[in-house]
Amino acid sequence: MLDIAVSYNKYKFLGYEFLTWLWYVIENDREWLNDQDPELVTLDIGNCIVLENREKGGVERISIKGDDAGLEEGVMALDKGAFVVETNLVYKTGDNEWRFTLKGESFNVSNLKPPEVSALETEDEFEGLVLEKMYLYEKVFLLIDKLYSAFIEIRLSEEWKSGVIVKMRKWIDHQTKSGN
Amino acid sequence: MGLLSTSASITRYLIDGVINDSVMETVLNGLKTNRFPDIEEEESEMTAGWTSFRTPYQPYFDDSSFVIGAYFIFALRIDKKSIPPKLVKKLIAVETARHLSESGRDYVSKTEKQAIKEHVQTLLASRIPATPTIYDIVWNYEQKTLYFFSTQKAANEELETLFSRSFNLSPIRLFPYTMASLTAGLNDVRKNELNKLTSSVFVE
Repeated sequence: MLDIAVSYNKYKFLGYEFLTWLWYVIENDREWLNDQDPELVTLDIGNCIVLENREKGGVERISIKGDDAGLEEGVMALDKGAFVVETNLVYKTGDNEWRFTLKGESFNVSNLKPPEVSALETEDEFEGLVLEKMYLYEKVFLLIDKLYSAFIEIRLSEEWKSGVIVKMRKWIDHQTKSGN
Repeated sequence: MGLLSTSASITRYLIDGVINDSVMETVLNGLKTNRFPDIEEEESEMTAGWTSFRTPYQPYFDDSSFVIGAYFIFALRIDKKSIPPKLVKKLIAVETARHLSESGRDYVSKTEKQAIKEHVQTLLASRIPATPTIYDIVWNYEQKTLYFFSTQKAANEELETLFSRSFNLSPIRLFPYTMASLTAGLNDVRKNELNKLTSSVFVE
């Protein structure tokens, strides 16, 4: 394996591509998402998405925040060559909902809000509470692992260039033209 | 922002390697050897060590209280002194004036300037109390996974250093490349292809 520090910088584009592709999948192929995680009810872009455009030498950063914010500006940024570098996601299974922000270059998870757990009433319940919290946190990482492993498989296949990129280009083009 | 908070920030690690002796004993020894000290060095600007998850200000590792289910759960405590730069500047000016007055000279040499600065920093570090921060850690030894409840760079670096020193195991941060290479189930041929990848372009 390559040196850790070198590989962090050299391949952070994989994290940006993954988040950009994930946005495309969320908008266009929910069935595929369900195939990856049968428990998944919905996966949506949450209240924040950050894009970066590194074309033409400089770095242009576009942040879209707010529960009802439209993503039109984000699509326009994609059309100019930007990538998603960070996004908030809302993951639902059954009656449970997780909200978290995933950063593309590090895959750090921040603002992770798992479903609520019952408050501690007696000391005996402490270990159970810890295990329940860990179970809920790990659900998010399991989802990330499944989606990212699937992405890497696709990314290394011929399908990436001949199919996925072509479809993503069409989606970006269509969204830009329809103003949505 | 810890394990039991309503909101958490987490960095995930793969723990490479195995413990050849008794795992429990080795982990317990590592925690005890590098636990947060009872008495901090007054002049030190930063002190770090392992502490208990449940009682972070009374580190106690003499039993199996750090084991819950399949997890080792403990915490990293970092006490740091924040010395205001303006205070340093003010005291350097005062000390310099005093030094000039005592020596009868009208200048201080480069070496003297450095000595005054170091003296002021040491003096302030011994007077200003350190602010403690606790970062929870959940380590599943069998799964080779560790969850560190912070995404701060300095805290992560401190964790990596202290973890290697305590348990003689290498924590590998899971980011896009390491996840693809180590946890996505790629064989050697695919890993080779991964190393050759370059960035895609989504627009024409």
